[in-house]
Amino acid sequence: MAEKKNVSRRDFLKTSGIAAGALVGGGIIGGVIGANTRQDTAAPSGGSAGQSGGAETTEAVRGLQFFKNQQEFAVLQQATERIFPEDDLGPGAIGLGVPFFIDHQLAGSYGENSREYMQPPFQVGEATQGYQSRLKRNELFRQGLQKMQQEAQSRFEANFVDLEGEQMDEILTAFQDDEVDMQGANAQFFFRLLRQATLNGAYADPIYGGNQNMDAWRMKGFPGHRPSYINEIESEEFVEFDPHSVGDMLS
Amino acid sequence: MATTLDKVDVVTVGVGWTGGIIAAECAKEGLKVVGLERGQERSTEDYSMVHDEYRYAIRYELMQDLSKETITFRNSRDQKALPMRQLGSFLLGEGLGGAGTHWNGQNWRFLPYDFEIKSMTDAKYGENKLPAEYTLQDWGITYDELEPYFDKFEKTAGISGEDKNPFWGKRSSDYPTPPMKKTPLLSKFETATSNLGYTPFMMPSANLSEAYENPDGQQIAACQYCGFCERFGCEYGAKTSPEITVVPAARATGNYDIRFNANVVEVMKEGDRVTGVRFIDTVTFEEFIQPAEVVVLTSYVMNNAKLLMVSEIGQMYDPETGEGSLGKNYAYQILPGASGFFDDQMNVFMGAGALGMTIDDFNGDSFDHSDLDFVHGASISMTQTGSRPIASNPLPPDTPSWGADFKKASIENYTRTLSVGGQGASMPHRDNYLSLDETYKDVYGVPLLQLTYNFTDQDRALHKYLTERAVEIMEEMGAKTVVGRAPISDYDIVPYQTTHNTGGTIMGGDPATSVVNNYLQHWDMENLFVVGAGNFAHNGGYNPTGTVGALAYRCAEGIIKYSQDGGSLV
Ligand SMILES: Cc1cc2nc3c(=O)[nH]c(=O)nc-3n(C[C@H](O)[C@H](O)[C@H](O)COP(=O)(O)OP(=O)(O)OC[C@H]3O[C@@H](n4cnc5c(N)ncnc54)[C@H](O)[C@@H]3O)c2cc1C
Ligand code: SF4
Repeated sequence: MAEKKNVSRRDFLKTSGIAAGALVGGGIIGGVIGANTRQDTAAPSGGSAGQSGGAETTEAVRGLQFFKNQQEFAVLQQATERIFPEDDLGPGAIGLGVPFFIDHQLAGSYGENSREYMQPPFQVGEATQGYQSRLKRNELFRQGLQKMQQEAQSRFEANFVDLEGEQMDEILTAFQDDEVDMQGANAQFFFRLLRQATLNGAYADPIYGGNQNMDAWRMKGFPGHRPSYINEIESEEFVEFDPHSVGDMLS
Repeated sequence: MATTLDKVDVVTVGVGWTGGIIAAECAKEGLKVVGLERGQERSTEDYSMVHDEYRYAIRYELMQDLSKETITFRNSRDQKALPMRQLGSFLLGEGLGGAGTHWNGQNWRFLPYDFEIKSMTDAKYGENKLPAEYTLQDWGITYDELEPYFDKFEKTAGISGEDKNPFWGKRSSDYPTPPMKKTPLLSKFETATSNLGYTPFMMPSANLSEAYENPDGQQIAACQYCGFCERFGCEYGAKTSPEITVVPAARATGNYDIRFNANVVEVMKEGDRVTGVRFIDTVTFEEFIQPAEVVVLTSYVMNNAKLLMVSEIGQMYDPETGEGSLGKNYAYQILPGASGFFDDQMNVFMGAGALGMTIDDFNGDSFDHSDLDFVHGASISMTQTGSRPIASNPLPPDTPSWGADFKKASIENYTRTLSVGGQGASMPHRDNYLSLDETYKDVYGVPLLQLTYNFTDQDRALHKYLTERAVEIMEEMGAKTVVGRAPISDYDIVPYQTTHNTGGTIMGGDPATSVVNNYLQHWDMENLFVVGAGNFAHNGGYNPTGTVGALAYRCAEGIIKYSQDGGSLV
C-alpha cells in the first residue's frame, strides 16, 4: 500500500515539476519554482545609476514567515494543490506560490485577526451568526493542518503528504462536511477559510507572493491592473491583454 | 476629565455623503461647522494603486475596523445575539467620504409609491393586503415634495442618465450628464427585455460619462471603465464621492473643519435640547466635548441609532407592544436573480460600478399585485461592474466548489457568464428591529448595537417571483444554461449581500410612530437632526444613496431655517 502510494506520489511530482526529494522530505519546498513576477522588467529609460540588478530578472527569495514546522507547511502545500490543482490549463496552487502566500498572510494582520472583533465572551451560535471562535486565523490554520495529518494517520496510517490524491480529498471533504473534531473551532469553517485563502493566493496580485508569473490571471483571461478600458469597452470581440501587476507602478 | 472645545453652530458626527452635504450647505450659509470623523483623511491620491482586489475587495482596506466596534446579530428574539466578528453581509464605511468612497455609484430616486406606500397599498388593495405584523407606514413626505432635493443631489454629483423609465417619478430637469456607454453586454439585456415587452433604460450613474463641473465649482472627471469601482476609491476622481465634491465645497468657505480620529460616544443633552457631543480621540484616548447649537447625526444607519440609544434620546421600540419608534422598521434587501452561461468569451473584466441597464416593470407597484402574496418588487438590472478573479468563480449546476473540476469550470466560465439581478424591496416587520446589546461593548466601553433580523414570508414570495422573471430574461438573452438564485430561507450575516441597511431612525408625520419629522429633525429635541437611510420607513427596490442625498439636502435646509427661526420645523 505504502509502496503504491509512493509511486503515484512520484507521478504527481513529475507532472507538477517539483523535485521529489524536496517535497517528500520537506526540504527546500517550492524553492525550485521560479519567482519571476516581473519578467518584462525593462531597463527604465536613461536609468543606470543606482539601479540594482540592471535589466535582469530578479529572483525573489522565499521563506516561511509563519510556519516553523516544515511538515505542517507540506500538508498545506498538498491540501491547497488538491483545492486548486495543476492541470492542462496551467499551474496549481503550489506552482502559483499559494502556500507561501498563505504563510505570509498568516504571519500578518490576516493571521492575527487584527481588524476583527475578538472580544469575549465567545459562544457557539447559529451558522447565520458567523464565526464565533476565540482562535485567530493562524491558530486555526495550524490546528487544522495538524488535524489533517492526524486524520491521515488514523484513516490511512500514513503522512498526509504521502496519500493518494483521492485519499487527501476524502480528508478535505470530511473537513468540508464538518466531520472532524477541532478544538475551539469548527472544521467546516476551517475548510472554507483554507479554500478561500487558496483562491486568494492563486488570484491576488503577485505582489503578495502568490499568482506566480501572473499565471492564474493568464489562465482566467484577467488582465490585472490596467488603468483604463475606455477604448475597448465597446468592443464586440473578446480582447486579450498581457496581464500587469500593480507592482509595475512602483519602479 | 473631558476637555471642552469652543462651541460651534453645527457639529456632524461622521463625514460621508450625509455629513459632507450638511457641512457644505450650512458652511455656505455662514454657519461654523465641525465634522467629527472617527477615521482618517484620504483623497484621490491615495487610490493610485487601488487596482488590488485582494487588499481592497477581499481584505476590506477602506472599511470599518471591526476590532474597535461592530454590531451584534440574531435572527430572532429567542436567540442570543452574537457579534459580527468579521465583515460580511454589509460593509460599513470609515474615513473621509465614508462608504461614499467605495460605493458603486448606482444612483436612484425612490419611487413616488415608496413615500406613500401605506396609503397607496391600502387604497388599491384594501387594508389587509399584508398581515398586521408588517409595520408599513408612509414617510411623512411625498415624492413631489422631495423632488427639488433629488434634483440638487444629482446636480452636485453630476449623475449620468437618461429619462426613459415610464415607472419612476417626474423629473424637474434632465440628468446633468448623458448616460454611460451602452456596451455590447448591456445591449444583450436591452434586446432581451425589449423583446419581452419591458422598458430598459441606462442606469443612473455617479461614474460620470463625461467631465463635469458641479454647481459648487467642483470638478468631476470622466469614467475610464477601469473595472475597479465597488469597494475601491476612484483614482481619477471620476466616481462622485464626498471627498471630491461636498467636502472641498465646505472647506472652501473657510467655515468648516474636520477633526479626524474623533469617535463620538454620546450626544449631550439638557432638558429638551442637545448641547453637543462627547468624543474620544482614537489615538490618545483623550476625551473631548464639542458643544454645538445644532447636532447632526450623519454616522450611518447603525451608529445613528446607537448614539440615540446610548444617549437615551427618544422612545425605544418594543416589539412586544409595538410602541416606541427608536430602532423600529429596520429593513434590508433581498436579491433575486439569475445567471446565464454562454459559449463565447466576453469582456466581463471591463466595466464600471454603475454601468448597467435596468427595467422597473416589476418594481414598486408598476405591476398588479392583486393575485400576488406580496407588495412592492425589485428593479431588475444587468450591470457590468468589472468581474475580478478572486471573487468571480461562476459554476454551472452540480460543479464542485474545489478541485480539478472546480478549477476548469471556474476558469472556463469566468468570461462566459452574465447575471441579471434584482434589488428586492424589503418590507418592515414587527420582529425586525435595532436595539442595544446587553453583553458586548466597543473599545470605548459603549454597548454595541444589536440587530434582530430575519427574512419574512413577504420577502421570500417576492424573491421567488422576481427570480422567475430574471430567469425568463436570461433565457431570452440566449444563455445555454440558466440558473435562478436559490430560494431564500434565513438571513445569514456571513456572505456579502448589500450595504443597503435601512430603518431604525425612521421619519414620519407622527411623533408616536417615527423618530424624526420630514426635515429629519428629532421630534423630542428640536436642535438634533438625524440623517441617513435609517430614516427610510421601509426599503425600496433600488440602492439608497440618491434618496439619502436628497434627504440630506432637505435636512440642511431645515437646519438653516432652524438656525434662523428656531422651533419645530413642521
Ligand atoms: C461596497 C458598497 C457599495 C455601495 N454601492 C452603492 C451604490 O451603488 N449605490 C448606492 O446608492 N449606494 C451604495 N452603497 C451605499 C452607500 O455607500 C451609502 O448609502 C452611503 O455612503 C451612506 O452615506 P452616509 O453618509 O449615511 O454614511 P457613511 O458613508 O457610512 O458615512 C458615515 C461616516 O461616519 C463615520 N462614523 C460612524 N460612527 C462614528 C462615530 N461614532 N464617530 C465619528 N464618526 C463616525 C464613519 O467613519 C463614516 O465615515 C454602497 C455601499 C458599499 C459599502
Ligand atoms: S470604473 Fe470609472 S468611476 Fe469606477 S473607479 Fe474606474 S474610472 Fe473611477
